[in-house]
Amino acid sequence: MTEQLVLNYSIAGDDFTKAGEAAADFKTVLKKTGVPPDIIRRAAICMYEGEINMVIHADGGDAEIIIGADKIEIILADRGPGIPDIELAMQEGYTTAPENIRSLGFGAGMGLPNMKRYSDGFDIKSAPGVGTTVKMTIMLPKNRE
Amino acid sequence: MNVKQLAEALKLKTYNAGAQDREVAGCYIGDLLSRVMSRADRGDLWITIMPNINVAAVAVLSEVSCVVLAEDVTPDAELLEKCVKENVALYGSVLSAYALACEINKVI
Repeated sequence: MTEQLVLNYSIAGDDFTKAGEAAADFKTVLKKTGVPPDIIRRAAICMYEGEINMVIHADGGDAEIIIGADKIEIILADRGPGIPDIELAMQEGYTTAPENIRSLGFGAGMGLPNMKRYSDGFDIKSAPGVGTTVKMTIMLPKNRE
Repeated sequence: MNVKQLAEALKLKTYNAGAQDREVAGCYIGDLLSRVMSRADRGDLWITIMPNINVAAVAVLSEVSCVVLAEDVTPDAELLEKCVKENVALYGSVLSAYALACEINKVI
């Protein structure tokens, strides 16, 4: 595959029955592009965690995914409340998810750490009152079919 | 051992048979979804008491071999529907997560 493929998703806020649909669609697309299974798994989990974060914390947002010849880029942008202390938010187990969300199994405080863990490049920019942008890069092996 | 063989050996209740020929590689127990995605390995059998629709999404993304609802927890209608749609193997047991894991350890 030499041409790049761009996927755009609009994530709805506060809808936990639809949360994950973008990640599921992204995974389906990746399976058709010859990306190795372990990379598909990592990339789809990164997208799902980002998607869930936007649903929980930011009343939704926008996702752009660029699947290129040598890498996948996932760019997530929201206009939510922003993260006052990114270093704290990156710690495993730290969460600000409300109790009703935690009762669904979310809010483990693993979302951002998982995104960092499963991506090869992770960048987060956030400003209180403005929103948060997360960019994740997942490298692809050369000589992919 | 595959999912079908394990379900029979442990006398699991079948909610959705799913891909029964998948090998059960190991076992992971947990109810916090992101922790499951962080720690469960591909092919693991996932034991949980979380019965909502998001379990299906996490099962698909984590690529676990099957989900077992412990302690006689029954799946929400939405979860069952999603598992059928996504071909997620969903089973149940009256046993606790610990008791299930002990039994699984004997057979895989």
